[in-house]
Amino acid sequence: MLLEALTLQLGYNATLVAIGAMLLGIAAGVTGTFLFLRKRALVSDAISHATLPGVGLAFIVMVWFGMDGRSLIGLLIGSALSAWVGLLCVQWLSNRTRLSEDSAIGAVLSVFFGAGVVLLTVIQGMSAGRQAGLDSLLLGSTAGMLFSDAILIAVGGALVLALTLVLRRPMSLVAFDSDYAAASGLNVARIDLATMGLVLAVTVVGLKIVGLILIVALLIIPPVTARFWTERTERVWLIAGGLGGLSGYVGAAISASAPALPTGPIIVLVAFGLFVLSLLFSPARGVLSSVLTHLQYRRSVHRRQGLLALAQGQPIYEGYTLRLLQREGLARADGVATEEGQARAAKALLDEKRWEILRGLQAHKATAARYDGLTNLETILTKDQLRDLDTRIAAPREVTP
Amino acid sequence: MTALNLATQNGHCAQAANIALSPLAIRGLTVSYGEKPAIFSVDMTVQPGSMTAIIGPNGAGKSTLLKAALGIIRPLSGHVTVFGQPLDSQRGRIAYVPQRASVDWDFPTTVLDVVLMGLYRELGLLRMVRGEHRQTAAEALERVGMSDFANRQIGQLSGGQQQRVFLARALAQKADIYLLDEPFAGVDAATEKAIIAVLKSLKAEGKTVIAVHHDLATVEQYFDHAFLINTRPIAEGTVAEAFTAETLQAAYGGRLATAQIDRLSQAG
Repeated sequence: MLLEALTLQLGYNATLVAIGAMLLGIAAGVTGTFLFLRKRALVSDAISHATLPGVGLAFIVMVWFGMDGRSLIGLLIGSALSAWVGLLCVQWLSNRTRLSEDSAIGAVLSVFFGAGVVLLTVIQGMSAGRQAGLDSLLLGSTAGMLFSDAILIAVGGALVLALTLVLRRPMSLVAFDSDYAAASGLNVARIDLATMGLVLAVTVVGLKIVGLILIVALLIIPPVTARFWTERTERVWLIAGGLGGLSGYVGAAISASAPALPTGPIIVLVAFGLFVLSLLFSPARGVLSSVLTHLQYRRSVHRRQGLLALAQGQPIYEGYTLRLLQREGLARADGVATEEGQARAAKALLDEKRWEILRGLQAHKATAARYDGLTNLETILTKDQLRDLDTRIAAPREVTP
Repeated sequence: MTALNLATQNGHCAQAANIALSPLAIRGLTVSYGEKPAIFSVDMTVQPGSMTAIIGPNGAGKSTLLKAALGIIRPLSGHVTVFGQPLDSQRGRIAYVPQRASVDWDFPTTVLDVVLMGLYRELGLLRMVRGEHRQTAAEALERVGMSDFANRQIGQLSGGQQQRVFLARALAQKADIYLLDEPFAGVDAATEKAIIAVLKSLKAEGKTVIAVHHDLATVEQYFDHAFLINTRPIAEGTVAEAFTAETLQAAYGGRLATAQIDRLSQAG
């Protein structure tokens, strides 16, 4: 069943939804990257919740004029307008009052959402509103998706994506260093508003598939996941777009493969799965690699300290050090060095002495700065330089010429 | 009466000529956060080809002066001209080096990409980054001694190296005026030497350098002009004129160690 869904063989509706969700995922991942880089991820939460009153008002207005209140394009225009008002409220509250941005987000999010719920309840009571099904925009619903809906999502998503790519340079510049961007003549406030406008557009386009509550996940999780795999802005948005598209496609396919699996939440769970994998296994920034690196570092510190203790005939007090040396065949259980241990200890001591001499020499100032207690000088200096150091160890009086 | 009028008129003419020639002329600049001014009615006329240190105690408005001069913060009043022209028409001639601590160094970008940001005005929205642009960026990195680090993630750099990358980004702009906010704060001695060498070479090319500077001990060694400020402008001129025991006393009040002032008065 899942395989058929993934190869688009589950019929017309499932195919429409899968392709629509993929396009939405790509657009959301790329656009969300700039939101994430600007460290304003939560603003998107306020924007998405602020769509709800617009949905209700649009429905009422359309019914008023004798149209079908459920027309998707009408609902989306309404949601975009009220989200824009919500965004301006957040901007105004955080710029012009003493409220910080997070309080402004909290206030706008809850008030707009509350107003939206009231409107939806009122609509339930209207004769035209009984089968409106507007609450499906909360969590998304793909069951009755029309071809025209899919086209709307595809065109909207493509447009947002294109605009984001056009603006990616100023948006990255503002995200990294807004003062420098302003000094270069960029209007930072306008760029920020453009970023938020694009986020708003993605939110509105995504209402049908993932709904207003979960769209934040599609904006934020892909870039956060992508960040684990690269150190370059251009690749963060590229990977985020890919991951978003993959989540959308696979999530839609999974939800189509069994009855009663909601599309939006499944898409978000797929994106989250990719995030967890990256969090654990990313080679540069993952949890696993940082644990391994730390353990390895700890091991080399203890080994070095143990060897130096052996070389100087001092007892080893720390249990872990002794066990480590034992395991590596460098010491016996009673703390006496094995033959190999003696050889390695002598080498470690020699290295330590070389470093000591080196630190006193003006000519090696740059090298001395690289001392970390672990690096073997033999891996840094040439044979001639080492020989020179060794003669100084043998005849300490020559150290100060 | 007539003589007096004439004198005033001459004065006006001289001042107008000064402003037209000055790489950065600031008149009546006031910036306020809330009701308390950070800088108040500041006039500053930077001499072409000079190296000017902006000096003053903590919270005196040094960084604010730079930011307001560049239009990063909107001033309450005052205006700024660059070579006698409005600031916005001359943006390409000014390069800004912000404080190192003002950005997040874990940002996903490489040293080369940061330097390429200096070419934003040239590249605009859509132009591709070409070989010539990379060449410009590579030359800027070479000049600050950071060529070997071009492909490093910026978070892996030491403080001094980060500061040099910021300077390289400004150099890539090939500007005529360089404004630096505390370029020597928290950097190692080697970096300080490297940066001052680059700034002196800029001056030798006829460029103008303005830097917020903290270390009073190196003012005479590094700069030829000084501008002292403590919310209000205190003194402006060559280092010999403006950086004296009296002006320092006026700028720092009791906060400056008397030993330092003594040393300066002996030198003067």
